[in-house]
Amino acid sequence: MHRKSLTQNQKIFSMFITSEFTTARNLFPYTDIHKWLSYGHDGKHPGCDEYYFGRREFSFTLENDVYLRYKSFKSVSSLEHAIKSCFPYKIDIGAVYSVDPDKRHAYSQTGTNVFTPVERELVFDIDITDYDDVRYCCSGADVCSKCWPLMTVAIKVIHTSLKEDFGFKHILWVFSGRRGVHCWVCDPKARRMTNEQRSAVAEYFRVYKGNENNARKVALMGYSLHPFLARSYVDFLKGFFEGELQANQSIFSTKDKYDKILEMISDEDIQSELREKWEKSANRSSLSEEAISLVRWDQLKNTLQSKKHKAPTLRMCVEEIVFTFAYPRIDLEVSKQMNHLLKAPFCVHPKTGPSRRVCVPIDPNNCDEFDPLAVPTLSQLIEEINSGGSKMDVDDDDDDDDTDTSILGKSIKFFRSSFLEPLLKSCKEEIESLYKTKIGKSKDSFSW
Amino acid sequence: MEVIRSQKRTPSNDTVSNPKIPLYLTAPQMEVRLEEFELFAVDRLRVLKGVSDGLARGRNPKEMDDLVDTLWKEHMRDPDASVMFNKDIISHFVLRLVYCRSDELKKWFLSMETALFRHRFRLQNFEAQRAIVGEFGLPYKAVTGAELEGLKERLGQVVRSLGQISPTVEAVYYKVPFEEVPDLVASRRVLIQKGYAFVAGSQLVSLVVTQFRSHISKALILTNRKWTTTIQEREKDRLTPIVEALSTSYLGPDYSQSTEYAEISLKDIDQVAKSSFPLCMRHLFEKVREDHHLKHGGRMQLGLFLKGVGLKLDDALAFWRAEFTKKVGSERFDKEYAYSIRHNYGKEGKRTDYTPYACQKIILSAPGAGDHHGCPYRHFSEDNLRAALGRMGLSSRGMEGVMDQVRNKHYQLACTMTFEAVYGTSCDAGINHPNQYFEESQKILKSKTPPAPV
Repeated sequence: MHRKSLTQNQKIFSMFITSEFTTARNLFPYTDIHKWLSYGHDGKHPGCDEYYFGRREFSFTLENDVYLRYKSFKSVSSLEHAIKSCFPYKIDIGAVYSVDPDKRHAYSQTGTNVFTPVERELVFDIDITDYDDVRYCCSGADVCSKCWPLMTVAIKVIHTSLKEDFGFKHILWVFSGRRGVHCWVCDPKARRMTNEQRSAVAEYFRVYKGNENNARKVALMGYSLHPFLARSYVDFLKGFFEGELQANQSIFSTKDKYDKILEMISDEDIQSELREKWEKSANRSSLSEEAISLVRWDQLKNTLQSKKHKAPTLRMCVEEIVFTFAYPRIDLEVSKQMNHLLKAPFCVHPKTGPSRRVCVPIDPNNCDEFDPLAVPTLSQLIEEINSGGSKMDVDDDDDDDDTDTSILGKSIKFFRSSFLEPLLKSCKEEIESLYKTKIGKSKDSFSW
Repeated sequence: MEVIRSQKRTPSNDTVSNPKIPLYLTAPQMEVRLEEFELFAVDRLRVLKGVSDGLARGRNPKEMDDLVDTLWKEHMRDPDASVMFNKDIISHFVLRLVYCRSDELKKWFLSMETALFRHRFRLQNFEAQRAIVGEFGLPYKAVTGAELEGLKERLGQVVRSLGQISPTVEAVYYKVPFEEVPDLVASRRVLIQKGYAFVAGSQLVSLVVTQFRSHISKALILTNRKWTTTIQEREKDRLTPIVEALSTSYLGPDYSQSTEYAEISLKDIDQVAKSSFPLCMRHLFEKVREDHHLKHGGRMQLGLFLKGVGLKLDDALAFWRAEFTKKVGSERFDKEYAYSIRHNYGKEGKRTDYTPYACQKIILSAPGAGDHHGCPYRHFSEDNLRAALGRMGLSSRGMEGVMDQVRNKHYQLACTMTFEAVYGTSCDAGINHPNQYFEESQKILKSKTPPAPV
């Protein structure tokens, strides 16, 4: 690793930086990120906007918790240089603004050149701590193989809707480093959405409206589910709830657990009927926790089926229970505003801990295979470098290189082949066609 | 538009081809008498204020339609249809001048004009509605034939999901990019496929309101620019004083500057919370004391309320610090929370002095997991609400009245009834702001002087 000459202060400072940050900074794929965020404006076509990348906001969080917003860079090398000299332990990506963020004060707020966001990916943030009321294996920052499937099913539901309902094509899912996932929708249409439109999409996805002050956190009104919810239920949620979730969480096995579910039924009689039945069978059964849970779920479904005409709030009670446990819970605030910052992919998660993981992309078409506990950690990467293992030059442009079998190399390859390349192809087509239209128009203006 | 002094008005050409509701796309070419300039604006303002009241009281869409109809007939009607039409246009453009001059004014005007437009649109028949949609030149097309057949089942599902047991899939659906109908998308009232929303004829209102709102919003920015660069100075002896007077006349107090009535100090705060806070703020306050923490939504709602109630910045910092440091430690408090408290008081960032939230805003908020903000009458379950009201001292009879209002979704009326029950007095104005609740409560408590000794 080539180290430039450092000032005296930097040398002292760098003694306190662990080798981990150095590794992280050298493994960050600057070229790929730059290519992505340039969206085809690489200056090679006359229709390119060479200043586009320079109008993107980045924010750095430095090790002593100093927070630097509105950083912008004209080129990939100035981005790389800044990261390697500031030692940020967290890098966020913001919006593309009307002018360079770091020059924003030069422009007045009331003239025609106001400092305002003009483009920003449509983003989503799903964090497993928002599911703490429905997972019994972990809580808080922990995550395990029993509760991670909640994230998997969330990805499937949201990804399908983004593609089928909204028609988006360029969608990147990223592991957020510890306990959740981020989604970046990068279609031009998505990047130009207003705050109001982003809010609308976020609300379209919103089903869970709960906190400790209300018991019935999902209220599905009407006589049927909206087609989006129906498809999500039939294709993903029902199967997940009755299979993997029950197996992992045994949500009916103890009184504490099943009381929570019974409270979601808005009829006292049905609640008591089931409660009595289950209290009686509590100690008599020789079945496993898992089997008991399934039996009780069946009983609940049958009871509700026979009694659902009693009240409108019982009509879709079964579905409501499934949605409460399994349906995605996105953080609405993250999606609603263009100027909201979000952690950059391929960063290392900043919180201290024995194994800091890299924020790698997740393949939405294979998300069942993703294991958050198997994501490369910094220590593993350092070991790989030290043992002189495979090539570690992630900045290498050479896509045809099949010999790069390094841990991180696979993620980078996936990022390039399934996301970056199709995206850039489509961006260049758009730049070209917009340019042709512009030329065509000015040609007309000369005609007599 | 030219403003002239007391001369006969030249007849306008606009009466020839006028849709029932003007879209205010361009400023009218006509002469306006100076007296009319102000009078027309005042009449329209009465309508807008009536709309604002209706929304604050939680009127449902049908009730709002009727209200708008009544208000319009009362204030804007004229036996001569062309005069009525001109008054509509002139008054709108005058009020643009009045309300373009600050963000707060713009926001209010935009909301009220959009609501007014929405309900006037709903009152039109289908033909008139389609004509108006056409006026906007929107890129939408009717869905017919095989495409419609293929969608019928799912369109029926959408209708059923909205509460109609037998789906009547309408005859006419329009295919529009989903971006054009954000409110229909947000409430899942339309089928969406590959980026297009399928909007029923009866949902056209959503389509036009979005367009209308967007147009007026942009227009206000341009008007503001014109005002600050030329008009304000040029008209300083004639129109400017009228414009400036109009904007302060009809908005309710915003409680950003607390009155001398309501200055509280840290040592009184627990007692005052118990005696004078509305339920939403009591709940948040209790949670802070209990959990020594609040999430962002709660910090904003309670923090701004306390500012409006008269809590000084230093006392506010001391209050939040005393609670939060029990959980997060003093260094983290300074790093993560102190900044935003100072921000709320206008001491950081772009130094806006933020105003405490009114009921309408609080009712529309969306508390999620771990949140305690919002309006308890809306966001609490019935059991939790009853328990909370019991703690406020309501009898079971008083509670029934309140719960009745809640069931009918009249959250502010529920809060007003609570107020009346707690203080044993009637509140005719109705509660539409937590700080108003506090001030009224303090007035009552302070006026109860102890009985003179015999």
